[in-house]
Amino acid sequence: MAQIQDTIAKLFPEATFEQDDTLLVNIPDAKWHQLATQLKENSELAFDFLVTIVGMDWKDKMGCIYYLTSTTHNHHVSVKVTTDNREEPVLHSVSDLWAIAGMFEREVYDFFGIVFVGNNDLRRLFLSVDWNGFPLRKDYDENPALNPVSTDNERQTDFSTAYYENAEGKVERRVVRVFEPDDFVVNIGPQHPATHGVLRFRTAVDGETIKKIDVYMGYIHRGIEKICEKLTYPQTLHFMDRLDYFSAHPYHHCLCMTIEQAAGIEVSRRVQVIRVLMDELSRIASHCLFIGTYCMDLGATTMLFYTLRVREQILDIMEKTCGARMTFNYECIGGVMQDLAPDFVDDVKALLAVIPKNIKEYNKIFTGNVIAKNRLEGVGYLSKEDAISWSVSGPSGRGSGWACDVRKTNPYSIYSELEFDEVVRHEGDSMARFKVRMDEIVQSARIIEQLIDNIPEGEICAKVPKVLKLPVGRWFRTVEGCRGTFGVYLESDGATSPYRLKIAPPCLPLASVVDHITRGSKIADLITIGGSLDYIVPDMDR
Amino acid sequence: MPYEAWKDNEYIESLVKELQDNGANVIVGSFDKLINWGRSNSLWPLTFATSCCGIEFVSLGAARFDMARFGWEVARSSPRQADFIMVAGTIVNRMAPVVRRLYDQLAEPKYVIACGACAVSGGPFKKSYHVVMGVDQIIPVDVYLPGCPPRPEAMIYAIMQLSRKIKVERFFGGVNRKEKQEEFLKNHPIDEVVD
Repeated sequence: MAQIQDTIAKLFPEATFEQDDTLLVNIPDAKWHQLATQLKENSELAFDFLVTIVGMDWKDKMGCIYYLTSTTHNHHVSVKVTTDNREEPVLHSVSDLWAIAGMFEREVYDFFGIVFVGNNDLRRLFLSVDWNGFPLRKDYDENPALNPVSTDNERQTDFSTAYYENAEGKVERRVVRVFEPDDFVVNIGPQHPATHGVLRFRTAVDGETIKKIDVYMGYIHRGIEKICEKLTYPQTLHFMDRLDYFSAHPYHHCLCMTIEQAAGIEVSRRVQVIRVLMDELSRIASHCLFIGTYCMDLGATTMLFYTLRVREQILDIMEKTCGARMTFNYECIGGVMQDLAPDFVDDVKALLAVIPKNIKEYNKIFTGNVIAKNRLEGVGYLSKEDAISWSVSGPSGRGSGWACDVRKTNPYSIYSELEFDEVVRHEGDSMARFKVRMDEIVQSARIIEQLIDNIPEGEICAKVPKVLKLPVGRWFRTVEGCRGTFGVYLESDGATSPYRLKIAPPCLPLASVVDHITRGSKIADLITIGGSLDYIVPDMDR
Repeated sequence: MPYEAWKDNEYIESLVKELQDNGANVIVGSFDKLINWGRSNSLWPLTFATSCCGIEFVSLGAARFDMARFGWEVARSSPRQADFIMVAGTIVNRMAPVVRRLYDQLAEPKYVIACGACAVSGGPFKKSYHVVMGVDQIIPVDVYLPGCPPRPEAMIYAIMQLSRKIKVERFFGGVNRKEKQEEFLKNHPIDEVVD
């Protein structure tokens, strides 16, 4: 940590430093792009993974906090860039350094109206072009009359804007085309069974070959981050279930850990074991559903029935303990809501007994099938460098050879004591992404096996004040969700509700990278590639 | 399910009573019965889901809950071949025109089930700036199904309620719910599409 600070201080004397849970570098906007280039390209720093960009409104100023990780040195840094101009906030873009930054900046622009100079495609991301105001600003007027629900078709545009600096250093606006005038654009979605939710691809095709895809999101943007600012900390928890509803437990776990860290609450070992057990059970259930729906997309309908059999068994276990099949709301601040059901251990053991048999069966039905091989092998290649640059984490990133499992790189809870392998494959195609998930089921089962006989006794929930106030500060934590690195950024001003709760979902990069992967492949492969990335639309839209 | 177990819906009971009070023609009434029997036993849903409820809808289609038992298994991806929309999940401002268009594309007779708390009233997202507070603001709803998400059994119950509603419909001599629908569409017009 000190070494990073020295290196940066030597290069940029104007930078100031703060020490939170990560090192925070304050840098003026004029120097930001230079610093970013150094952070990425200096071999001592090598911050090649942009975890998220947190847009912020501090009332007197606006700005962004960039969270960066180095995949070679496994160290972290955050950079804060601010501007005083509320009317026309302008910052410099880093979309030329990290491919995913372009999409993250669009998100910040959509929520805060901060313009990024140098971003070549700065449109609104989740809200329509006619939307009044920027919702996550603190002075946003929420009067529904300003932005009424309309049943008229949304105004569409084929143009985007780019901002650049002219010779005198003034910021100018330029209109850029999303599609060329003679492009043939096919609209796929939002109501389409193979987009896994309400996602829309505007696909420019040349014959059957894909030229460009414009990913159009926001069909399930519910404004969770803004709602959280109006609720108390325990109330914000239940939204984690409704983001990626398959990773409800890991996401809950992440927010609980963040709040517990901020409030200084220690959780008992029993709670940690229960949470990890639930995380891994969710992972198995999630991957099972992935395999089922993915094979169904490719025409192998039977697989859905086979995989849902295991999923239903897990949901039964969850239901007995948590009381619900999907939106559990089980983890709470300081522990878990209720104790394990009396026959939890027996049920899980029964599950562990059937998993190897099932995996064998799935492989027999699908993985070795010649049609499956033809459709998956070599389709949708993503290199390791691109996976990192696009922040494609989770099983999809590991299919490209990037060892990005947060449980291994930054172990949280009790993961450092557990024995399991990180599944990494190097082919980078759809088949690799599929097989990674298949193997992760086995590894999750291995983790559960180690814990199921050793659930310690203890309290299930620590003493937490009825009215929870967090000290002033900021915290950022990541966990391994079922689809990748999930992060929560929490900033508190000392009140009972968060000043800002930013959710960094793994699925936004997963959907953004579709354009990059599919260029030049056939339109029929779009289903294969999109399915293999396994994004969940409510997670990316929030 | 025995008929006695159903007597929990005053609205449908009053519909049946009204029909019986007015008296049904022997021939037309018998045809009505035949048509409604056919319709109510082969309801085809539209494959439509925006969020969590959609996953329970998948479970409903799979082997354990098996909606094929009731003749609903043919989930169509095109609205032109479907009989009803199960609005499974939150509808947000951007999605609203799409849902309305899907509804307009359904062939008559068409039905809507508002599935889950979000579709019924906005649910947990009541304080949001970008959520439609109940899908009944944009399309007429036949059955409201609470839950977050509703269990597959509840979904079965909701579709059974719908088929029960269809059974008391009149095909010859005026469709009793059609007037309500026309009135709704008149009050919720779509302007000319402007480019």
